[in-house]
Amino acid sequence: MKLPKNHHNQTQIPKPKPNKPITEILWVSLIAICIKFLLIPAYHSTDFEVHRNWLAITHSLPLSQWYSDQTSPWTLDYPPLFAHFEHFLSFFASLVDPTMVHIHHGLNYKSQPTILFQRLSVIVSEFVLVFGIYRLTRNLGYKERVLIWVLVISSPGLMIVDHLHFQYNGFLLGVLLISLSALEEGKDLLGGFVFAVLLCFKHLFAVAAPVYFVYLLRHYCRGGLIKGFGRLVIMGSAVVAVFAAAYGPFLYHGQIQQVFHRMFPFGRGLCHAYWAPNFWVFYIILDKVLAFLLVKMGFNVQAPIASFTGGLVGDSSPFAVLPRVTPMITFGIVLLAIAPCLIKAWRDPQPRMITRWIAYAYTCGFMFGWHVHEKASLHFVIPLAIIALKSAEDAKHYFYLSIVSCYSLFPLLFEAQEYPIKVLLLLLHASLMWSGFFSHFSANASTKAAGSEQTRYDKTRFIVGWFGKLYLLGLLAVEIYGQFVHPILFAERLPFLPLMLISIYCAFGMMYSWIWQLRRIIKLH
Amino acid sequence: MEKKKATKPTTPNNSESNIWSQRSTTTSFICITLFAILVRIAVSIHPYSGAGTPPKYGDYEAQRHWMEITLNLPVKEWYRNSTVNDLKYWGLDYPPLTAYQSYIHGLFLRYFDPQSVKLYTSRGYESYIGKLLMRWTVLLSDVLIFFPAVIYFVIVYYSGVHEGSKSGMMWHFAMILLNPCLILIDHGHFQYNCISLGLTVAAVSAILSDRDVVGSILFTLALNHKQMSAYFAPAFFGYLFGKCLRRQNPFLEVLKLGLAVLGTFIVLWWPYLYSLEAPLEVLLRLAPFERGIYEDYVANFWCTTSVIVKWKRLFSTQALRILSLVSTVSTCLPSMMLLILAPSRRNFLLGLLSSALSFYFFSFQVHEKSILLPLLPASFLAIDEPLIFRWLTYFALLSTFPLLRRDDLILPYIALYGLFVLLYNAPAQREDTRETRSRFTTLKYFLITCSLLLHIVYLMVAPPRRYPFLFEAVMMLLCFSQFFFIFMYTNMKQWEFFKISSQTVREKKNI
Repeated sequence: MKLPKNHHNQTQIPKPKPNKPITEILWVSLIAICIKFLLIPAYHSTDFEVHRNWLAITHSLPLSQWYSDQTSPWTLDYPPLFAHFEHFLSFFASLVDPTMVHIHHGLNYKSQPTILFQRLSVIVSEFVLVFGIYRLTRNLGYKERVLIWVLVISSPGLMIVDHLHFQYNGFLLGVLLISLSALEEGKDLLGGFVFAVLLCFKHLFAVAAPVYFVYLLRHYCRGGLIKGFGRLVIMGSAVVAVFAAAYGPFLYHGQIQQVFHRMFPFGRGLCHAYWAPNFWVFYIILDKVLAFLLVKMGFNVQAPIASFTGGLVGDSSPFAVLPRVTPMITFGIVLLAIAPCLIKAWRDPQPRMITRWIAYAYTCGFMFGWHVHEKASLHFVIPLAIIALKSAEDAKHYFYLSIVSCYSLFPLLFEAQEYPIKVLLLLLHASLMWSGFFSHFSANASTKAAGSEQTRYDKTRFIVGWFGKLYLLGLLAVEIYGQFVHPILFAERLPFLPLMLISIYCAFGMMYSWIWQLRRIIKLH
Repeated sequence: MEKKKATKPTTPNNSESNIWSQRSTTTSFICITLFAILVRIAVSIHPYSGAGTPPKYGDYEAQRHWMEITLNLPVKEWYRNSTVNDLKYWGLDYPPLTAYQSYIHGLFLRYFDPQSVKLYTSRGYESYIGKLLMRWTVLLSDVLIFFPAVIYFVIVYYSGVHEGSKSGMMWHFAMILLNPCLILIDHGHFQYNCISLGLTVAAVSAILSDRDVVGSILFTLALNHKQMSAYFAPAFFGYLFGKCLRRQNPFLEVLKLGLAVLGTFIVLWWPYLYSLEAPLEVLLRLAPFERGIYEDYVANFWCTTSVIVKWKRLFSTQALRILSLVSTVSTCLPSMMLLILAPSRRNFLLGLLSSALSFYFFSFQVHEKSILLPLLPASFLAIDEPLIFRWLTYFALLSTFPLLRRDDLILPYIALYGLFVLLYNAPAQREDTRETRSRFTTLKYFLITCSLLLHIVYLMVAPPRRYPFLFEAVMMLLCFSQFFFIFMYTNMKQWEFFKISSQTVREKKNI
């Protein structure tokens, strides 16, 4: 204020600032953190209590009892490294509020400091994700880099699941991205090692293990029989070391069976309480329709007793007409779905394709897996953001996918207070994406198209076709029905119908994404 | 992250993507607007003033109570004490437009939650849905009035400016829209400043685009929503009067504007114009003279100097009233005269700032929230005077900190403070929106460090028993000194403009 500035007309030449990518990415993520910080008092699900209980278990009990404790129904069911992570957090938690980490007194404990601490632990641990994307994008151009950061860091899905619903996906996905960045740089050993670590944090990430295995076998363990075998041994011992470090202590205490029992709870149903929008939604609907038609035609069809969301009740099948699905069948289908990608990886293991392959593997796991959570769609949406700028088609696919995936997460937040938040998060993300992709690809197109023919000109441009627009408008219609029309028509009755509609409608989008990715992987060389 | 897009058009290859610039501007506007709404919604989930503190509660209850009163009583009874309208319990003390706005919001509330606006029984009504609905009324007012007004302002301000200088436009837009103080007080503490300030923004933009009649009407509306809008009155008057004097027929021009203002007043006060006493009764409600010259610890002249001079003990309220009137008028007079003599656009914006500050310093019964008024013109000047804008924002935030702490709004305070610092220092910003490095860098850093330390001390350390309001007093002193600097600087700047303009006039005459 002391000095008038009068340099207005001197600086007309825009100089690109010599900012380092690391300060820029910090800037982007700090802005996101401000929003996350504001959302601290918002709704959180029972997962909040789950993680608080894990803090208490790991803090108050010796390692040998971590997986056998049953004080709370929210028992520890993540792999050991995650338990250690909670143990690490619980040290700070006990400084903030000792009641929080008390195994009995802490049950359903929700003091202000507890909420603040747990929320902040998610926010801070997400710096792993920031580091992950930083590693993956640091060699890109300024515009691409920033756009990808915005896609990942402002991802509404991550915001909804981690910072409202409460989970640590950002942290775990960060580990995955670090592994991917190592693979892309050709540091296979590091990539494999980090992936092994990730598996010991959350075993659901194991869906991509076959791809990792084939890729590392062909890319890392090459160069003749002896050298290849030597590398196989190195990689193998690295992975085994990670697993030994994680599971060894439990093996020592004779707890290993208990650990596996907790990690793989059999007896859950094919679908989660809210159906994740995947292939099985169609299967269930087809079954219902067939049963209905057969009954109409005069056949005697017995209505199933068991539900597909609950466990396997005795020997009865939850399906009336179609054959029953078991975990083994889903496992087989997932492997079959991944197979094309495995063949590709076997024939031509290329570092630049690995992110696409891994994302595809998680897509298959999501589409055909057993008891899939809707949150699992983040496992492939976030990695796909990294390659969204590879071509206009990729960008278009990502545009649909991330909107559908985020919308399918909407039922997680069902209270009135959070309604505008989730809607705004999605709208903001969609408009940022649209404007980013649009300007990126139109700038690209106009530079490339100088002199070339019209057809190529259009292919490199980001355009949302009429069919896509129609589909997205359909999302709006589904939402309006669920929010406004359904309460008028049915009042309190049929509360599952709007949710079912969301599942079915999003399942179409997910199916499209799966097929698109599959075709893309087969076509690309 | 979201602001990123705003800085996107700054990258050099603009020339080739010219066809898309229109489109990208629109999408940037949309992105920033959505982001601003998101921030507001996120702030609104935090507590409001007086949450769960009977019997008086806070501003939230005041606003709800006005809805209850306006909804259930006839217009004539709104400002009158009666058995059902106890003026001691948050009696209506804003002009009629606030009352009408309360009525409309009351209708909204009654539709969704009739309990919340029942006459008398709803006092102290608090519920999950009630809070949401009340928050929605603020948000809707903000989005429907303040947002369009700011868009209008930015369009007017940057029309006629050549392409190259437009790069700062999005940044400027975000700076006005994401003013941390305004968001914290409206969506956190709970008030409707967005309406009167929005009307003021619209008035300023209308006047900048030479729609003087529309501007006068809009400003009259603002004045009738909150009497505090009078802080801007000298600048509006000075600029419009100065402009009229330079027209072909000055008398006609002034008459036109005067009639517009008078007409608006008559329309708004129509229900109270049935007798002579009625409007006086309302007017008396608007002037809270019984409440003393200052309250709490406001960083204005009276409160700050009261450390040395005990105004309240030395003078009667009557005398203080005259004293404050004289000092307010005399301090805003120079700025107004300069505006009449040199009515340029930039001078107008500076005049708004300096007159708002002089009212803030010297007028009667100033609240710490009134710092929002000087802050608004400062945000208009964000591109021309980035340092002034930043400085005023920092210290305005500090001056409202004790208030927001009482409301339990520390979390959003920190978040919005951080957001402001980050957005202000957007990395891809163009050179021309950056501050020049001055010799006072060390002093600036020192003051900022002091202010940050004060925050921490205020939160962590219990004040000495003899001086329970020690930290508030220190904050007040610090803020006052900074505000005063800004006040002097703007006046000086206006003086410079005047000199330049008189020089050019002389040159023209010589030619």
